[in-house]
Amino acid sequence: MPLRTMPWFRLVVGAMLLSSSSAWAEWTVNMTPGVTAISREIYSLHMIIFWICVVIGVVVFGVMFWSVFAHRKSKGAKPAQFHESTTVELIWTTIPFVILIAMAIPATKTLVKIYDSKESVIDVKITASQWKWRYDYLNDGFGYFSNLRTAQDEIYNKAPKGDHYLLEVDEPLVLPVNTKVRFLITASDVIHSWWVPALAVKKDAIPGFVNESWTIIDEPGIYRGQCAELCGKDHGFMPIVVIAKEQAEYDAWVASRKTAAAQENELKGKELSKDELMERGGKTYATFCAACHNLEGTGTPPVFPALKGSAIALGDKNAHINLVLNGKAGTAMAAFGAQLSEVDLAAVITYERNAWGNDTGDVIQPAEIAKLKAAQ
Amino acid sequence: MPNRTNNKVILRLIVAVFGMFGFGFALVPLYNVLCDVTGLNGKTAGQYEVTGTLEADQSRFITVQFTTSNNAEMPWEFHPKEAMIKVRPGEINEVFFVAKNPTEHRMKAQAVPSLSPSAAVEFFNKTECFCFTQQALEPGESIDMPLRFFVARDIPEKISKLTLSYTLFSLPEVAAN
Amino acid sequence: MSAVLETHNHDHHGPAKGLMRWVFTTNHKDIGTLYLWFSFTMFLVGGCMAMVIRAELFQPGLQIVRPEFFNQMTTMHGLIMVFGAVMPAFVGLANWLVPMMIGAPDMALPRLNNLSFWILPFAFLLLLSTLFMEGGAPNFGWTFYAPLSTTYAPKTVTFFIFGVHIMGASSIMGAINIIATILNLRAPGMTLMKMPLFVWTWLITAYLLIAVMPVLAGVVTMMLMDIHFGTSFFSAAGGGDPVLFQHVFWFFGHPEVYIMILPAFGVVSQIIPTFSRKRLFGYTSMVYATASIAFLSFIVWAHHMFTVGMPLAGELFFMYATMLIAVPTGVKVFNWVTTMFRGSLSFETPMLFAVSFVVLFTIGGFSGLMLAIAPADFQYHDTYFVVAHFHYVLVPGAIFGIMGAVYYWLPKWCGNMYNETLGKVHFWLSFIGMNLAFFPMHFVGLAGMPRRIPDYALQFADFNRISSVGAFMFGATQLLFLYIVINTIRSGKPATAQVWEGTDGLEWTIPSPAPYHTFTTPPEVK
Repeated sequence: MPLRTMPWFRLVVGAMLLSSSSAWAEWTVNMTPGVTAISREIYSLHMIIFWICVVIGVVVFGVMFWSVFAHRKSKGAKPAQFHESTTVELIWTTIPFVILIAMAIPATKTLVKIYDSKESVIDVKITASQWKWRYDYLNDGFGYFSNLRTAQDEIYNKAPKGDHYLLEVDEPLVLPVNTKVRFLITASDVIHSWWVPALAVKKDAIPGFVNESWTIIDEPGIYRGQCAELCGKDHGFMPIVVIAKEQAEYDAWVASRKTAAAQENELKGKELSKDELMERGGKTYATFCAACHNLEGTGTPPVFPALKGSAIALGDKNAHINLVLNGKAGTAMAAFGAQLSEVDLAAVITYERNAWGNDTGDVIQPAEIAKLKAAQ
Repeated sequence: MPNRTNNKVILRLIVAVFGMFGFGFALVPLYNVLCDVTGLNGKTAGQYEVTGTLEADQSRFITVQFTTSNNAEMPWEFHPKEAMIKVRPGEINEVFFVAKNPTEHRMKAQAVPSLSPSAAVEFFNKTECFCFTQQALEPGESIDMPLRFFVARDIPEKISKLTLSYTLFSLPEVAAN
Repeated sequence: MSAVLETHNHDHHGPAKGLMRWVFTTNHKDIGTLYLWFSFTMFLVGGCMAMVIRAELFQPGLQIVRPEFFNQMTTMHGLIMVFGAVMPAFVGLANWLVPMMIGAPDMALPRLNNLSFWILPFAFLLLLSTLFMEGGAPNFGWTFYAPLSTTYAPKTVTFFIFGVHIMGASSIMGAINIIATILNLRAPGMTLMKMPLFVWTWLITAYLLIAVMPVLAGVVTMMLMDIHFGTSFFSAAGGGDPVLFQHVFWFFGHPEVYIMILPAFGVVSQIIPTFSRKRLFGYTSMVYATASIAFLSFIVWAHHMFTVGMPLAGELFFMYATMLIAVPTGVKVFNWVTTMFRGSLSFETPMLFAVSFVVLFTIGGFSGLMLAIAPADFQYHDTYFVVAHFHYVLVPGAIFGIMGAVYYWLPKWCGNMYNETLGKVHFWLSFIGMNLAFFPMHFVGLAGMPRRIPDYALQFADFNRISSVGAFMFGATQLLFLYIVINTIRSGKPATAQVWEGTDGLEWTIPSPAPYHTFTTPPEVK
């Protein structure tokens, strides 16, 4: 083992703040000023209050440590007899009060700005569920899920971790710069919280209720965040990635999204080969199924059953499809019927029935899924 | 030992304990009243009875957006027929939402409305809504559900866009058949 | 000396022999001892869970535990430390000290006292047993937000609910007992404004307990009804609201925070004058400040929920109210510092704990003030900055307060002096470990690391490693504390009645160790 990858060496060096690990490039000890007017205002508010606290701390601890060093019994200090003074008590009640008012004024101003309700140009509905986000562009009529992209092997230390370990998604939220974007935030199971530090937006996603927030991003870039409210097992594994683009690029992206949706629609009616389905299914499986059922299909019994050699994956095809479409009540198995496209559903079920030695040879076509859905 | 004073103190404290236990529960209606008054959480009110005639404000439009979500384990298809309409304050509008039960069994559902921004809640009145009752659908059945509403004329000028969101919850009682 | 006193006591007998002494005891000192040992046991259990958490967070990736189990650890760590370690420790201190400080022979309700202790172990057995049940222990955080703790909870949530009910009942009984004792059993001449500050802070704490523990019982009862009886308090589907849960919970939760710190204020207000050899600067204002903090604690709860989507007016109200708490808290800190100013200071172990309490609690207070600023809280909320904040007020606050109290009064309780060198070693290792563990959490929190996650992005790796090392150091040091206490009880040097040079108060007028029965005839207080 090379010296610098040895835990103890890294620890000692890390403690001396000299570590050479690549993470140091992004190493930071303070809040990000962010890329919006609001986030910069919050940052300066944070710094003002921090420095006020530092000054108070220096004064109070200064007096205290002066006493600690100068008024020691071992140095022959004789105790003074003074105590109780209403004047002094009044002074140190009033001064902090005045300081607090000085803090409250900018805080109130910023808060009022955050609550501004000027009309937005783009409305994005954000729906949180265990453990992914869905973004719906309400004005353009399309939407998609955004899942963690980091491979399970990286998480379980079987592969080296990438630069954006745990902060990367398959489908980021794409927004234009210099445009007011309104977020309508809700959840479909437990409470989550959508947080992107660079935008200074953190809002709870509450099942059954819609919360509102907004942003105007100043600079193009990639901004990363995470779910901030404990939402169950994979709370730590539902990141947020926002890509801010120039208006023209954004428009192009929206157009391509719409075309892609049309293509997907077309694919639905086509006959796909087993290889095509297996390839697509493997990807879909890794994103949607592997967190519980494991990449090798071994699951984590007893809560999450194995698929490898399971009665469902090897048994009746329609029962298998039905289970994936509608979920299983009373278990963690969710209904994927509305969440995945017919193509993805066909692919992933084909994959589950043919991977890891589940050699049923079954090939499920998108049309079959569409027919079953309609018949139900 | 001064037993009598002791008993008095203890009795008072026990009453306080039960009082506070009750207060915990009293927070529920108190919170609901607070929500009604402030529009906290965008909970919209129940059925609105129109008294007298309504007159539309021809000077401006309000944009009303409709969006739907399914709570977990809710397999129904559920969406608004129109995603967005422009309305005049004081004018009654009717829109429809489509729901379909794609499963093989009868299911009951409840739609829960939420309006954003919450400051607009007191100006949004529903005269008829599918969310007032539970919906039951047979396997494969689909239904158009009406919503009739109007935006009050005194809605502040600065609010120009409302978003009404419905979340569909499946109810545990599956009808026996 | 104590033997002489006991032989003269014909009316009362010493403790019974054997195990049954502890099961049936109604003696406030015995029950105090039981509470303290129970609390220390829970401190170690909850501490082990913290070690599991810190071990997993030592480096990025999942190494030791699975996310499900990690969530159980964070939840149980919080619940056990709050309800099992800190609260019982303070009740234990109150049992030992309140009667001796006000010149009472015992607590007002000795049998209730026995009951309120002995139901506690059952509550925690119930809670801990869930770790071995199917579905695992509670995994929804110690704040157990609905619907994660109702619709989506493991089946064991029912055991958790009953556990909370029992520990709530225990706290309420303890509080009733303490209030009755303080109001009715004070020695002649011991007016309210002559009471030691520890007694005052406990009186106020007891009222807080009476006010909020029933609300906690109420909220878990609502959960129970939602889970088992089909009500919809917290479910939107049936017309309820998950946010309501948070309001009710934090109506309990915020005063609860002060329940865990006010008695420590009391302890520090006893220790600092002793080792400064100078009277407490502003006794009266300390009492009023404590009462103001208690009052304000009832109107600030929603500052825990700034991101939940409140109207502007609500955010402003809770922001202003929360900032106001800084005023009485500042008054307390200024009074402690002024008490030390121009005193004649010496730094025995209790004083070390008390001084570091003042410094580190104030740092926790500063971060609390920052968190009170609603717009800034949008960036701090639910990050490690919050974790750093409340560990700074709870570890060097509540825990250092308790440890300082143990070193301060242990010679009175067992009649022996502890080993001063070992005590100082314990303090310094705890102090360094604690700061190493919790200070870097400010940085990772500000840099964007959310709390309650089992794995994290690479830029948080270095500070997390430092935190883990500090936590292991702090954890291991507490075994030294156990050794010091046992060693003192068994073989310390005999202590004098006054124990410390600068002591003042009734408990120092009785011999060390304090006889089994004290003040059977009330002392006269001038």
